[in-house]
Amino acid sequence: MSSHPKLQLHNVHKAYGAKPVLRGIDLVVDEHEVVCLIGPSGCGKSTLLRCVDLLDPIDDGEIRLDGSVISTRGVDANAVRRRIGIVFQSFNLFPHMTVMDNVTLGPRRAHGMPKHDAEERAAALLDRFGLGDKADEYPNRISGGQNQRAAIVRAMMGDPEILLLDEVTSALDPELVGEVLSAIRDLADRGLTMMLATHEMGFARDVANRVCFLHEGQVLEQGPPAELFANPAEERTQQFLQRVVQAGRL
Amino acid sequence: MAQPGRLGHEPLQLTSASDADEERPPQRRSFLAPSFLDDEGAKAGIIAVVSTVVFIAIATALVLSSPNWPRVRDQFFNPDDFVAAAPDVLRGFWLNLELFALSMLVIPVLALVVAVMRSLRGPAFFPVRLIAVLFTDILRGVPLILLVLLLGFGVPALQIGLLPNGAQFWGLAALSLSYSAYTAEIYRSGIDAVPESQRSSARALGLTQWQAMRYAILPQAVRNVVPALMNTVVSLQKDVALVSILGIREAVREAQIYTSRTFNYTSYIVATLLFLAISIPLTRFVDWYTSRDRAQRSQAQV
Repeated sequence: MSSHPKLQLHNVHKAYGAKPVLRGIDLVVDEHEVVCLIGPSGCGKSTLLRCVDLLDPIDDGEIRLDGSVISTRGVDANAVRRRIGIVFQSFNLFPHMTVMDNVTLGPRRAHGMPKHDAEERAAALLDRFGLGDKADEYPNRISGGQNQRAAIVRAMMGDPEILLLDEVTSALDPELVGEVLSAIRDLADRGLTMMLATHEMGFARDVANRVCFLHEGQVLEQGPPAELFANPAEERTQQFLQRVVQAGRL
Repeated sequence: MAQPGRLGHEPLQLTSASDADEERPPQRRSFLAPSFLDDEGAKAGIIAVVSTVVFIAIATALVLSSPNWPRVRDQFFNPDDFVAAAPDVLRGFWLNLELFALSMLVIPVLALVVAVMRSLRGPAFFPVRLIAVLFTDILRGVPLILLVLLLGFGVPALQIGLLPNGAQFWGLAALSLSYSAYTAEIYRSGIDAVPESQRSSARALGLTQWQAMRYAILPQAVRNVVPALMNTVVSLQKDVALVSILGIREAVREAQIYTSRTFNYTSYIVATLLFLAISIPLTRFVDWYTSRDRAQRSQAQV
């Protein structure tokens, strides 16, 4: 057990061109904690996750993983990314590879795991996520839900210390959402540290230890889901949740 | 258009023509049969045959009735000269095929190296990108015939002991360099057409920039541009004839030699037929492959 929080963001700023997206994010994720990021489109949820995985460099502030700064120049970004898993909204499996090749690519090439070991581990994980019979299929031959579960397996193959999930059900047909959410719940139950951006408020209430409301690039309010959903303190949060309720999503 | 991200990778539209075809269900085309034979049946077929026959008849009549036709026939279509010129031109054409095959070994590799060099990111790779940009800009900017002359006559004149001095070698080098520059740009368009999200997810796995390119991006990029690459092959096959200006005795040169000896141009017809014998099947194959590839892709998107 380390004495540091798993992930710490301090005053993180990020702009795309002249457009500021993150404007001083302060956020802590403890080990085994599940943190949900909620907020309107464009509030910076996805950008925040991309910055944590060092896919986009931040402009100011710092990000710490297990207490050490990962957001400065000179840090081996590839080494950091091997400790973090990320799943994207649109799955992004490699279309020219089978599911098995997709999920073993990272371990074999980035972690240097022998093919046999990687495939053994992959087979076990695919089985666990109900994809045992899909190992040899190509991504365009399986459903969106299966694609997304395969993407989760791919992210889990490197045994990440923290898993980032970026609206992983938003691109799915409604009837496929459940299977992906239950896969995530399974990971949360096993104590995996997670940070997820989501529009599924019911799921956030269910699975999260803490919910953070992002507004215009800042964490406006955070707290246990029961509290934040029942008694939001900020007016912006109230308005946002009201719209969500009206849309029938809570 | 399918909504983006539904399958995680959009169909790649490199040509505007494929947009227009998108609504129609993919149709299998056989190797030679034009689509109207499949689609509209016998009636359309009869109309096509009749109009073709009429067209050819009119064109032939026009040519045969022209006042100079008998002279042209003797100078270009003389059977005796055809037989006399054929062995030399054919031997020359064999050299064309050899040069074609050799440049086909060099071009795909060199072009891929240049394209990857140009696609590397980050300030550290600036010199690498610069070299790649200079390579493509200069070699695409010079007419191929000039490049053949410059390399073919210029470099051997330098008398550098380490380099081969043969005209064939430098003709081949000029062809390969010029075509590599074009082909590199084709590869690069294929690399650019792979969605950025594919690169992100490869990098997210902890792969290095090079590994992401090698395992995630390039296989998709190359597949995107295979039809365009095959068109380049068709054009390369003909442009090999340009090395004839270095005095290399390939088909066109042999035909010229025959003409200057006999004042009869039938040898050019021999050379023309030989080039067509390769390029027409090649073109048909490219068309067939391209439409098959398009059909497969649109099926994959269902």
